[in-house]
Amino acid sequence: MKRRLQAAILLGTLWCCGSIAAEPILIGGKIFTESYVLGEMAAQTIESLSQVPVNRKLGMGSTGILFEALKSGAIDVYPDYTGTLAEAILKRPELRSLDEIRAALSGMGLTISGSLGFNDTYALAVKEEFAQAHDLHSIGDLIPIEASIKAAFSYEFMDRKDGYPGLVGSYHLNFNPQKINRMEHSLSFQAIDQNAVDLIDVYSTDAKIKKLHLRLLRDDHNYFPVYQAVWVARKSFVDKHPQEWQALLGLEGKISEEAMLNMNAQADIQKVGFDKIAAQFLGSEIPDSKGWLHEIARRTKEHLWLVGVSLLFSVLVGIPLGVAAVRYHAAGQAILLSSAVIQTVPSLALLCFLIPVFGVGTKPALAALCLYSLLPVVLNTFTGIRAVNPIHVENARAFGLNRRQVLFRVVLPLASPTLLAGIKTATIVSIGTATLAALVGAGGYGAPIVSGLALNDVPTILMGAVPAALMALVAHGIFELLGMVLIPAGLRRRA
Amino acid sequence: MLELQNIYKTFEDRPVLADVNLSIPKGATHALIGSSGSGKTTLLRITLGLIPFDKGYIKINDQALLSFTQVEWADRIGYVPQDGGLFPHISGRNNVALIAKLRGWSKSRIDERVEQLRKIVDLNPEILAQFPREMSGGQKQRVSIMRAAMMDPAVMLLDEPMAALDPLIRRSLQQELKSIFQRLGKTVLLVTHDLGEAVFLAEQITMLHEGRIVQTGTYRDLLLHPAIPFVSQFINAQRTLPDAGELQ
Repeated sequence: MKRRLQAAILLGTLWCCGSIAAEPILIGGKIFTESYVLGEMAAQTIESLSQVPVNRKLGMGSTGILFEALKSGAIDVYPDYTGTLAEAILKRPELRSLDEIRAALSGMGLTISGSLGFNDTYALAVKEEFAQAHDLHSIGDLIPIEASIKAAFSYEFMDRKDGYPGLVGSYHLNFNPQKINRMEHSLSFQAIDQNAVDLIDVYSTDAKIKKLHLRLLRDDHNYFPVYQAVWVARKSFVDKHPQEWQALLGLEGKISEEAMLNMNAQADIQKVGFDKIAAQFLGSEIPDSKGWLHEIARRTKEHLWLVGVSLLFSVLVGIPLGVAAVRYHAAGQAILLSSAVIQTVPSLALLCFLIPVFGVGTKPALAALCLYSLLPVVLNTFTGIRAVNPIHVENARAFGLNRRQVLFRVVLPLASPTLLAGIKTATIVSIGTATLAALVGAGGYGAPIVSGLALNDVPTILMGAVPAALMALVAHGIFELLGMVLIPAGLRRRA
Repeated sequence: MLELQNIYKTFEDRPVLADVNLSIPKGATHALIGSSGSGKTTLLRITLGLIPFDKGYIKINDQALLSFTQVEWADRIGYVPQDGGLFPHISGRNNVALIAKLRGWSKSRIDERVEQLRKIVDLNPEILAQFPREMSGGQKQRVSIMRAAMMDPAVMLLDEPMAALDPLIRRSLQQELKSIFQRLGKTVLLVTHDLGEAVFLAEQITMLHEGRIVQTGTYRDLLLHPAIPFVSQFINAQRTLPDAGELQ
């Protein structure tokens, strides 16, 4: 119990230390090209006139995560679309005008800017050849081939009322459910390009439409709502930084659909950096890029923090839990079972569950990692102790060692090889899982992986994936060395 | 001296020990012998204070076990488990010194005592630096005896000390043990199923059968005046190989 309390206090302290620094303006963005470009634009707009440091939290998971982040103060402002706000956030699809939406958000302590000048709505797209072969021009033209068509739709599109469910209702489409795949949005372009699917959902300003020669199907029913791009901000941010907010409002009406599509194309096709694209548009100086080494160093620091804290937690909590599981049989089964159940929750789902409790950013990521790294440590502590020959325990008692001494002098040292193996597993799993932390804005090696995925840009993905793999290798080496120090000499393999 | 008076023990209503009486005078070596299932392991664990018993007294030098904590009792009775029972993760020396360290002995006091015991059991100093897995069976036994004697207990309790050794080593270690016991000058209770060992090492032998003591005496008493037929059966069963005359 005392040990667990110590762990809690320690974790608390670590979190506090992490959040003390000077208060920067936090800019969020979703995990697709346009959102990165707009987020970067917001960041540079503020940087060009203000001394307040700007912290970019671009490439965060889904609308829900961004919105939680905004409400909890993990970000101050991010770009979004009126249709998304009305449907996914306010759950009031009837709200169409900016003023209506602004009024509805006001109750939540939030506000929006006017339109930035373009409408980025959902659209359905097919390959040009496919369109010609089946004479497809509008969504209604899909009906003759509805049973045979293979489609890939993004998770968000599938689940939003103004997405797939409403669409099939409006057009009386009867797709074959077996042929509808849910997949990551950026991967669906690859799928259609390789003819794995015939139909995908896109955003109407997506550059890949041009690149892959896709035809957008006309929405004759005007089913898809209008998706005007706007800044969404906390009112407290607007009040605290009026000058910066005014600067952002200065971009209202400035970005045409054409301009946005071109910028997206620059990022997706010509692989120009988001910062350069934004700078070009704003006519501002390109922020001095500190290079990929600096980026890797920063991500390494973030990643180490995530892995380190969760590891510390798993050791300080996991080992006592493992010991308790051996000592108290009924509680032991409960402990083992619940840590095993946690392990079966998919990491992304666990992150989402933790957002209401911890908000967004490093905290939920740490909480999820702590929970994940618990099982290997608890289980190996339990197994390691159970594998200790009971003769040694009885002998130790016969020699007059008390319970504590039996545990620390005999049982734990004898179990130490298994125990250390558990901590090692936890560390390596943690290094892998921590790459998902980027989806809730906690950074780490996941950040380049996520933005690389959004851009379908392999070098950027590798910038996260390779160091993560290297970190796992280094961890492996460190544990080999630790084994030489921590495992009692009498138990080590002979050299 | 070690005394067991009227010890009774039942496991789940099944009597395991009944009316066990045993008295070993100071400095004597006594063997408790019996086949497996006779209750001798239970009696050993009771004597070590590891499990409770239903009735009776156990005393060392007139002080009752029940008036001590497990830790206090452990300092009065030095235990040599089967096959030495050394902790595998620490060196021979650390096995010997473990309890003294936990009791806060100074390093010089520990060193002095270890050296003293090392001479008594006649062990090469290099062996103490080794880990149990590197030692021979006889070396483990000696280190284990050092460990048991470290806190200078009044009584030494040995569980099947020779069981895991091959016959040749067993023969030479028996000789050694006898002189080690003499040099230590302790009251020794030897628990074994091996009559030869009991006869060689102990002055008196107590035979346990189905939870009761059937006879206590010298080998000569057991051989010539068996209290019940089982005593003769047990002795005959442990006779060595037939001699040349019997083969013809």
